[in-house]
Amino acid sequence: MSKEPVAVVGVGQTKHVAARRDVSIAGLVREAARRALEDAELTWSDVDAVVIGKAPDFFEGVMMPELYLADALGAVGKPMLRVHTAGSVGGSTALVATNLVAGRVHGTVLTLAYEKQSESNAMWGLSLPIPFQQPLLAGAGGFFAPHVRAYMRRTGAPDTVGSLVAYKDRRNALKNPYAHLHEHDITLEKVQASPMLWDPIRYSETCPSSDGACAMILTDRAGAARSPRPPAWLHGGAMRSEPTLFAGKDCVSPRAGKDCAADVYRQAGIADPRRDIDAVEMYVPFSWYEPMWLENLGFADEGEGWKLTESGVTELDGDLPVNMSGGVLSTNPIGASGMIRFAEAALQVRGQAGEHQVEGARRVLGHAYGGGSQFFSMWLVGSEPPSS
Amino acid sequence: MRPTRDVAVVAFGQTDHRRTSDELSEVEMLMPVLHEVLDRTGLKTSDIDFTCSGSTDYLAGRAFSFTMALDGVGAWPPISESHVEMDGAWALYEAWTKLLTGDADTALVYAYGKSSPGSVRDVLTRQLDPYYVAPLWPDSVALAALQARALIDAGDTDEPALAAVASRSRTSAAANPHAQLRGSVDQGDYVVRPLRTGDCPPVGDGAAAVILAAGERARELCERPAWIRGIDHRIEAHSLGVRDLTDSPSTRLAAERAGAFERPVDTAELHAPFTSQEVVLRKSLRLADDVDVNPSGGALAANPVMVAGLVRVGEAAARIHRGTSDRALAHATSGPCLQQNLVAVLEGDPR
Repeated sequence: MSKEPVAVVGVGQTKHVAARRDVSIAGLVREAARRALEDAELTWSDVDAVVIGKAPDFFEGVMMPELYLADALGAVGKPMLRVHTAGSVGGSTALVATNLVAGRVHGTVLTLAYEKQSESNAMWGLSLPIPFQQPLLAGAGGFFAPHVRAYMRRTGAPDTVGSLVAYKDRRNALKNPYAHLHEHDITLEKVQASPMLWDPIRYSETCPSSDGACAMILTDRAGAARSPRPPAWLHGGAMRSEPTLFAGKDCVSPRAGKDCAADVYRQAGIADPRRDIDAVEMYVPFSWYEPMWLENLGFADEGEGWKLTESGVTELDGDLPVNMSGGVLSTNPIGASGMIRFAEAALQVRGQAGEHQVEGARRVLGHAYGGGSQFFSMWLVGSEPPSS
Repeated sequence: MRPTRDVAVVAFGQTDHRRTSDELSEVEMLMPVLHEVLDRTGLKTSDIDFTCSGSTDYLAGRAFSFTMALDGVGAWPPISESHVEMDGAWALYEAWTKLLTGDADTALVYAYGKSSPGSVRDVLTRQLDPYYVAPLWPDSVALAALQARALIDAGDTDEPALAAVASRSRTSAAANPHAQLRGSVDQGDYVVRPLRTGDCPPVGDGAAAVILAAGERARELCERPAWIRGIDHRIEAHSLGVRDLTDSPSTRLAAERAGAFERPVDTAELHAPFTSQEVVLRKSLRLADDVDVNPSGGALAANPVMVAGLVRVGEAAARIHRGTSDRALAHATSGPCLQQNLVAVLEGDPR
């Protein structure tokens, strides 16, 4: 028994901003879903099922919002699943939707992820106290900063590398009309002069809080044949989880991330990711995670990731472009951020990425992570259908 | 739709559901149940190909509450794992689809919920439309009472008939050691007219776990696997004003897609937290009078939020394992007044 091949035939995003006061949560998600349907030239009635994801319900203060959103997403009378795997949720949601097509349960599935952070305060949403458990130390930055410091000590990376990533991603964002931060006057000096928030992470090396949604239409081989624009084909997808905190955990390069990537590469027949993959959309909420994930995902040997970044390999015109869209550093509607990575990977292999298109991108990796670097979801999409 | 692969429930475990479990964390409540299903199959965590859970942060009162449960599962070396912010029945659905792809042969599914730390009636109001309805705080019993009133007005039931549903369920629960309300229970005073105490579910804490396996693996792990012949779920509009509360078209459609109407079932485990909802479900599912409905006592005997739906699938499967059922229907619901419904059809091998 072989799986049904899965194709992405529609991608839709909202323009991500700090606060979308002009729309409700329902209005926000519907905007992204409609754009994905328009891209696929399909209507609501062509959708067999809806799979929706977002990060904690506390971020907007709505419990199990899929119930309220059923109408806005044309899900009435259809199956609707709600995924929640912390920060990796956008990617996991797409993979759950993928399984519905791959397992031949449904032909065409709408998958969507969102966050409307302006409805509430994500910092407080993450800081609800509970006895006998480690608090997240005033937001995610406090949790991740020591791991960045550990990476710098372990590899001897000069402390300038993080600012290079932020400068690159913010410039890439200028080419992406949907990106939240459009800092037209950005300079490397400005990044380096920005205030230190959680040493060694500076203000300009952190992600913004965004309102936004991202949607994709996934379909089977027959659906792909009807697609008006080139589909992106799924070549491999996987999720891996490991415990939050334990003595054996490598917080700099978690094993769950390595295992997840290895599974995706095995499925996709990738022998050497550095050679066989053309570009990467990776989940980089703090700039230093680019060199860290380059190693974790097998694009660089241990201790060598920062050298790729420093030498310009990950620039938009480099040999291995990373975060062509501007990445999480430029746009962070938390629950949607993972799906945006997956969707941007699909846009690249479809040749639909506009000004931030990488010429000839044939195989692109989308990557997401969440929790205390413990949940990982990734997919690899290609311009050609999978051979097996 | 015909599943591309035979998948079965091979083990089921649940806690004794209780009004409070102050001395236990969610993880401590869940762990014995996880070990129970693993022990029953002889599997270790590292033997499981895919793990999926159902729970909600709003009961735990904190974001990412499911991450702590994962630590308890023992996700090392790292595991392939996912989570739905839904009743565990939907986690089972996600695991089922994963097995259909052929990427996994076994799956562990679990769910847990502690309602005791807060007022679950108030907490569930946060599920409602956040702009127009939730600010009014209409609680879950009040909404169910609207549905019960609509049924009585339509002539579909009356208060004595509802009391009979309550009585039958709790009498059945007397034989269920895990149930929270067992045996004769006073129908009591009105909570919200026309619903009395006896028409409402108990508020309680609990956890449940299921192991799924595909094909021959299922036969290795279980003497009489409960094969999932079909499983489907459907959602309806959120606004009560646009729904006919005396009917459940989503349940009917899910049942049809799951193949429930192809042959009669002998058992039905229905997730009907209120007596009046059983009336709606019986009609939508066209259940004959000789079907054994909620032999476990159903959600009227124990209704741990986020778990009760998975328990229905587990109870139906356990009857097949024990040989007291050959073809059983399991139902789970979510949202106000049966907004979202899942139906699974389980069968044992012919004897």
